[in-house]
Formats: sequence, structure tokens, C-alpha cells
Amino acid sequence: MENNIFHRNIKRRQNVGKLFYIILLLFSLIGLIGLSALLIQILRDGLPYLSTNIIFNYPSRHIDQAGLKSALFGTLWILSLTALISLPIGMGAAIYLEEFAKKNWITNFIEINIGNLAGVPSIVYGLLGLTIFVELLGLGRVVLAGALTMTLLILPIIILSTRESIKAVPNSYREAALALGATKWQMVKRVVLPIAFPGFLTGAILAMSRAIGESAPMIAISALVYITFIPSHAMDRFTVLPIQIFNWISRPQAEFAGLAAAGIIVLLTVLLLMNAVAVYFRNRYQVKSNE
Amino acid sequence: MRDNILNVKDLNVWYRDFQALKDVNIDVLSNKVTALIGPSGCGKSTMLRCINRMNDLIPDAKIEGEINFDGENINSNHLDPIYVRSKIGMVFQKPNPFPKSIFDNVAFGLRINGFKGSIEDEVEKSLKKAALWEDVKDRLKDGALELSGGQQQRLCIARTLAVNPQVMLMDEPASALDPIATLAIEELIRELSSEVSIVIVTHNMQQAARISHRTAFFMVDENRCGYMVEEGETNQIFTDPHDERTESYITGRFS
Amino acid sequence: MPREKFDREINAVSSELLILGGMVDKAIESSLIALKDMDNQLAEDIIYQDDFIDRKQIEIEERCNNLIATQQPMASDLRTLISIIHIAVELERMGDYAEGIAKIAIQMGKEGPLKPLIDIPAMSEISRDMLRKSLDALVNRDLIAARNVLKQDDQVDQLYQRVFQELLGLMTTDVDLIKRATYLLWVAHDLERVADRATNVSERVIYLITGKLES
Repeated sequence: MENNIFHRNIKRRQNVGKLFYIILLLFSLIGLIGLSALLIQILRDGLPYLSTNIIFNYPSRHIDQAGLKSALFGTLWILSLTALISLPIGMGAAIYLEEFAKKNWITNFIEINIGNLAGVPSIVYGLLGLTIFVELLGLGRVVLAGALTMTLLILPIIILSTRESIKAVPNSYREAALALGATKWQMVKRVVLPIAFPGFLTGAILAMSRAIGESAPMIAISALVYITFIPSHAMDRFTVLPIQIFNWISRPQAEFAGLAAAGIIVLLTVLLLMNAVAVYFRNRYQVKSNE
Repeated sequence: MRDNILNVKDLNVWYRDFQALKDVNIDVLSNKVTALIGPSGCGKSTMLRCINRMNDLIPDAKIEGEINFDGENINSNHLDPIYVRSKIGMVFQKPNPFPKSIFDNVAFGLRINGFKGSIEDEVEKSLKKAALWEDVKDRLKDGALELSGGQQQRLCIARTLAVNPQVMLMDEPASALDPIATLAIEELIRELSSEVSIVIVTHNMQQAARISHRTAFFMVDENRCGYMVEEGETNQIFTDPHDERTESYITGRFS
Repeated sequence: MPREKFDREINAVSSELLILGGMVDKAIESSLIALKDMDNQLAEDIIYQDDFIDRKQIEIEERCNNLIATQQPMASDLRTLISIIHIAVELERMGDYAEGIAKIAIQMGKEGPLKPLIDIPAMSEISRDMLRKSLDALVNRDLIAARNVLKQDDQVDQLYQRVFQELLGLMTTDVDLIKRATYLLWVAHDLERVADRATNVSERVIYLITGKLES
């Protein structure tokens, strides 16, 4: 009964499918393997040095007394202040561009520039911050200057990701709201923003993760490692974790390399905690949707 | 003088250089279901979206002519589209309840329009009108997206009714539903016409025949521009159309 | 419940058909009274009323046409609507026979009675009975009742033969009686046709129930 017009060859076609399945699986494993190798290496080097000491001590030349208290709190200061400044500005800009701006050459120009800014090397932002905030505005090498610089750095990320999450809101919801007699702002506030909120959080996590790991601009702004106090206000001097880790790594003694690994563990922990909080809120506000 | 709630006079619509609708004249009668039928691209949806100024949202859309409603031309500049849309509601092709609770969906229009009475009462009333109250009265706080497709569309109808519109525009409201839910929505549309005038666009000619009192047939010319061929009692259009083009369309001999 | 409105419409047009049946039944009954009593006024009335019967039939047909055109009836719904159209036409024709008898009643009034009427009223009773039973069968969707109506037609045919022979006998004996006997012959013929049409109604009812056309 075989129909000779078709050379079906099902077996071979299925084997090709299986082959590609395996190749693709391998590719995705490469990333995972690299990451785990890195983590294992760091945990092995760092765990012996990880103690309450390094969290509660200030930096020191003596290995057994050296800690990163000032850097940890400096990082927390920078992150909070950056979030406080950048999230409202970034989201506001994104909402404007996505929902209100008319499509003309000015908005096009703004959009292209935001896209480009996301690709500028971070040291350039550092030098820009140094010139404008530290020197021109005379803020000095303080937390506020660092946070403002960091804001410049992550603003494009926040704007782009926020716009994506606003774009992901189906147009049918907008039409439904407008057809009921809602004004544009009522539509945005009551329909678009609640639906886009989980997406905002994802964008915020991404942006803050970027901020926590940046060292280059912070080196340009802060330029200090030995700080033996916690910044008490926005106009205090500061240092951050990446700078401390960088400093330890560049010491000749092998023990400092271990300290640096421990510092990385602290950095990763802060990052994970931050993400966990954001994921918690995202899941809590995630509206159930079958679409 | 017939009892008409809408009077469309010499309506022309362009999208940039492309003319989508040409010289449409039609009266929409109060408390009747008026169906707009015709092949794809004949401008019937465009027509519908002109009536509550949803076309304003499309950049480059240009609308000429009058759409008189309540003694005023809704295209005139001194009438706010927000006001027009609160008097002329719209139900869409795909059920689009907000991802909120059933209650909040119906209450939405009341809240944004500054409703002063009891929102609870009004929500109940609207859900009853949409024949959904019995299904949902014990789970008003549940998410609207948990409802079935037919129920979701009823919810959208209830949401529109809550604002107390005088006209309800429906853009293929049953095309995303299964046959049983479709017939149920059709039944509802016919019943609702006693309190609100309805204009419905449908690809489904049989549906137009089943539910409408009046039918307007649209066609598209060689420049892809839509125009109205004839309009009349649904019984007349489907048993004795006056225009040959209508005849060939409804008999399926359309080329 | 989907299609409630459509069900309501079918029921409504069915009721209209029964009203038409009642009008026709009444017209036949009255035409016999007019004939028997030489009641010109009543006969004129029947002729006048026939217009209403005609109009009712057209109304029913239009309503069915609209329902077929707009509601896409299928299966039993389709058979019901098509049967209603057919039955309405049959009823309308029966009304015409009643009108014909009424016209004869007027002519007979000018001539005077021929003889006491016995078999002709019997034909009328049976025909009207067939009409009513066929409509009952329609309402109740009663197949047996509908088939019984078909059998009754034979009785009417037999009566018609008898009346025919009797009147023919009278005509051959007395030339003066020919005109009046011919009138009565028409009446008998009309009644026989009424019975035939009642049979047709029953056949339509059978089709409606079984989906098969019988003859």
C-alpha cells in the first residue's frame, strides 16, 4: 500500500531532530557549566575567609583585621539613593515616550539616543560624573555624586525595560478603557501601569544588578579605599564593594586574594537578596492572566 | 420623521492618502439593532469607530461629514471625545476584560466617570442586564480572566452598560466564541435593544439576519474604498434586497 | 437558553395558523347555515370575511419567509416553517370554497329551496371534523391522528357520490329543478374539495413529524 510519490524517511528526519536537540542542550549547558565553575572556585577560595569579621570590620593592612564594612554600607547607600532617583525618572520618561509622546522627529531622536546611551562604556559615565557632579557642581566625591552618576548609567536600562513592559500590555485593554470614557491618564494609571507593574520590577532588578557590580565609574568618583566610617548622609565620602574587592585582589599577598573572594560572596549575597525581594513583590502583584 | 438616535451625513474617512469610507449616509434607529455587513475591508469597522471617535486614536485619520447624536455633531471640535465615548459604548471583537476582579471590571466605568450612587447596586444591575449575575454573584471578587470566553464577553457588555450609554457599538462581538456562546450573546443583544440602541458589525451575514432589525450593506470599490450600498429592514434586505449587489452578496454569488 | 426568540417566533406563527384554521372552519359552518336558512346577510358576511382569510394567509407566509431568510432554520424547524406555509395555502383555499358556497346560497335564495338538506350538512360536518383534527394533530404532533384524517376522506367521497346520484335523478325527472340541483351539486363538490384539502393538511403534518412526504 506504500505510496511511492513520497520518500518519507521518517526515521532519518527524527534522528536529525534528536541531534539538534542534543546540540542545543549542550550550548545551554556551556553557560551553566562556566557559571558553576566560577562559583565553585570563588566559594572554595572565599569561604575560609568569610566571617563576621569581614562584614563588621573596616579595611586594614592586617589580614586578620581587614573587613569591608564601609564598602558594604557604601554600596547600600549608593543603591538606595540611585534607586530613589533613577526609578521615578526612568519610569516617568518611559511612560511619557510610550503612551503620550507624539511620533515625530524629536521623540525619534530621544529614542535613538537612549538606545545609544545604553551602549556607552561605564568609565565614560564615571568621567562625566566626575566632571559634572564632582567638579562643576562642586558636590565633591560624595555618595550623592556617586548615585547621580549611577543614575545616568542605568537610566537607559530602566527606560528601555519599562517601555518594553508597557508595550507588552495588550492594546485591547487601552481601547476598552478609552471606550468607557476614560481619559488618557486614567487609562494609564488604572489599566496600563497595574498590568505593567511586574515588568517594571523585572527592569528595576536588572538595572540595580548592573549598578551593584559597576566599579569603573565608582573608582572615578570615589577614588578611595581606606574609609573607616559608614556614610551618614548623602554628602559623605564613600567606597563600594567592587572597589574594595579590586583593591584586595591587586595586593601581592595571597591571603588578600582569599579576602577578595569572600568579598565577592558578600556582593553576590546582597545581589541575590535584592533580587529575592523584587521577585517576591513581582509575584505578589502579578495579575493572573491566561493570555 | 423617524425616531433615530444617530444620523450620519456624508461621512468620508481617510487614512493619510487612502480613502477608507466614501459618502456614507445612514440613520440609526432608537432601540433597534442595526447590523453593518459586507466583505472584508468595506469600512464597516471604520464606520463603527467613527461613531464613538475611536478613530481619533489613529494618527493620520481624517474624518469629514457629520455624525449627529442627541442634536449635536460628534465630530465637531467642541464635543469632547471622552464625553462621546461615555454616551456611546463599545464592545470589541475579542473579549477584553481587564485583569482585575469581576466587580472591578464593571465598576471601572462608574469610577472613572465619577458615579455618585451606589457602585454595588449599579454593578449588580449591569450584570443582571448582561445575563451574567446568576453565574458570578457569589464570586465577584474573582479574577475576570477565570471566566469562560462567553462569560467574559458578557462581562464586557455589563461593563459597557454600567456607564449607561445610549448607543452600544459592537465590533464582531461573537467571532471569538463557540457556537453555543455565540447564540447566547445574540439572544442577549436582541434583548438589550429594548434599552439601548445597538450598532453591530459582523462578518457573519446569518448572524446579522438573526439578530438585527435593520441591516446596512457595505461594499468596497476598485480603490479599496468602502461605501454603503443599501440599508433597510433586515427582513427586506434578506428576502428582497433592492440592489443587485446586495442580492449577489447575500445569495453567496458575490464576485 | 439559546434561540429563545426564534422558538417564540415559530410558536407565534403556529398560533396564527390555528387562528386562520378557526376562521376557515367558522366560514364553512356559516356558509352551510346561510345555505340552509337562505340567509343573504350571513352569506354576504362570509364573502366579506374571506378577505381577512386571504390577508391572514399572506401574513403567515411572509412571516415564514422572513424566518427562513433570517434565522437559518434547520431540520424540524425548517419542516415546520415549510409545512406552515403549505397548510396556510390549503386553509386559504378552503376559505375560498366557503365563499363559493356563500355565493351559491345567495343564488339559491332567489330560487327557493329544493329539498331538505341531509347529506350535504353531513359532508360539511365530516370535512370540518377532518380540518379540526388535522390541526389538532399539528399542535400535538400526533402521527396517528393525522393518519386517521386520511381515512375519513373516504366517507366524504361516498357521501358525494350519493348526493351526485340523487341530484342527477332529480334533474332527469324535472327540468325545472336543474338550476337548483346544479347549485347544490356545486356545494357538494366544494365540500368534497374541502375534505381533500384537509387531507393535504394531514399529509403536511405527517411530513412535519416524520420528515417523509407521503401521498
